[in-house]
Amino acid sequence: MTSETIFLTPTDLSLAALLVIALALVSRRMKLGLAGQILMAAFRTTVQLCLVGLVLKVVFASIHPFLVASMAVVMLVAAAREVMARQKRRFVGWWGFGMGAVSMFVSSFAVTTFALAAIIGVDPWYTPQYAIPLLGMMLGNTMTGISLGLDRLTESAWERRSTIEGRLMLGHTWSEAIGEIRRTSVRSAMIPTINSMAAAGLVSLPGMMTGQILAGNPPLEAVKYQILIMFIISAGTGFGALIAVWTGARRLFDDRHRLRLDRLKTSGQ
Amino acid sequence: MEKQSVPRLRVNNLFIHDVGPVSLDVEKGECVGLSGASGSGKSLFLRAIADIEPHGGTICLDGTEQALIPAPAWRRQVGLLPAESRWWSDTVGDHFSTSAAGGFNRLGFDAGILTWPVSRLSSGERQRLALLRLMENQPYLLLLDEPTANLDEENSAKVEELIRSYREETGAAVVWVGHQRAQLYRVASRFFAMDSGRMIGDGGAP
Repeated sequence: MTSETIFLTPTDLSLAALLVIALALVSRRMKLGLAGQILMAAFRTTVQLCLVGLVLKVVFASIHPFLVASMAVVMLVAAAREVMARQKRRFVGWWGFGMGAVSMFVSSFAVTTFALAAIIGVDPWYTPQYAIPLLGMMLGNTMTGISLGLDRLTESAWERRSTIEGRLMLGHTWSEAIGEIRRTSVRSAMIPTINSMAAAGLVSLPGMMTGQILAGNPPLEAVKYQILIMFIISAGTGFGALIAVWTGARRLFDDRHRLRLDRLKTSGQ
Repeated sequence: MEKQSVPRLRVNNLFIHDVGPVSLDVEKGECVGLSGASGSGKSLFLRAIADIEPHGGTICLDGTEQALIPAPAWRRQVGLLPAESRWWSDTVGDHFSTSAAGGFNRLGFDAGILTWPVSRLSSGERQRLALLRLMENQPYLLLLDEPTANLDEENSAKVEELIRSYREETGAAVVWVGHQRAQLYRVASRFFAMDSGRMIGDGGAP
């Protein structure tokens, strides 16, 4: 059962690119205002992935902890910026960046390290061929979760500011006043991962597994890795969102339990 | 020893946004009337006293400075009734910790009101219930922002009576923000007005 891996040629990719260009043309005709964005995103995918391929080639070639660490830091910074950019109302100053970065660092790095050292058991645990893809998948998913959670938190706090203040006026603590919003924010951060766990295999074949199978690996091996990935992604996203939303909720109030929406700014300002 | 000379509320050189400096003493059991055009800073003034927004100056309750009392405890003692009440749960009862039936009767409700969904309440009912909800905390100082704005004459009178008796029974002080002169005359013993963030008047007739 040797299914030879078929290597893709630039021509193959160009054919796929034609599909994207067709989509852009249609959306232009229908005045969706997305044509530019589609092409730009496709362009970015191509350039960014090619670059990362080159970098990975170098990083994989030498198992040097410093190289792996710098790569991880770059990924973390990019993810934290992305979290910030996705907020309609974000925290001013370093908080906007730091909250995402710290919560992703704590959850993604902790869970990835655990997976590498305790579960997969590669030696050394930072072997880039395992560490970088795992961390990348963790960061990508926690990023989505954390931005959903924070966005929901700040947006709801803004919309329901009078109600929150109404409760504060009655002597409720900040935690009581924001409790319901905090819960729904964490829920909305966690539900997509929970749903994707529930639908995996039935509705969708997860991308990582599909990729492995396409690359010629036995399906059951791919499945085992996919299950592992699903578990650690759920844990990472969940804990990351909890940390981010809890910190964010605290930051919305000062030590006199006052709602401080002046600590938020609308993006684009 | 000097207990008599410590006012219930002492506001000294208060600043909040464009409002201030404002200084005001309110004695125990006293009701002070405050009027002024909308936007003159009355509500901000009340928000500062309730410590719901950052502000400058000193505010003391019975001689204790605001910063020395944890904020939630302060706001239970200094009850602010905003002009528009807010409700966060489905039924009226969810917003009350006890069923203070006495209060409900005095404002024309029976105890069954607790099972009502908030969405069924009229604005006048909401306003009266918000007052009862606030008074559950037994505040030493009531800050009322147009507490009868949505009420007919009969219900206004009931609210005025409830506040008056609460004041007399407990020695609570009241700052009553309102627009109707006749009402302020009835409920308050001293009067001030706000004008572009300044407190004007000497406590005499509005």
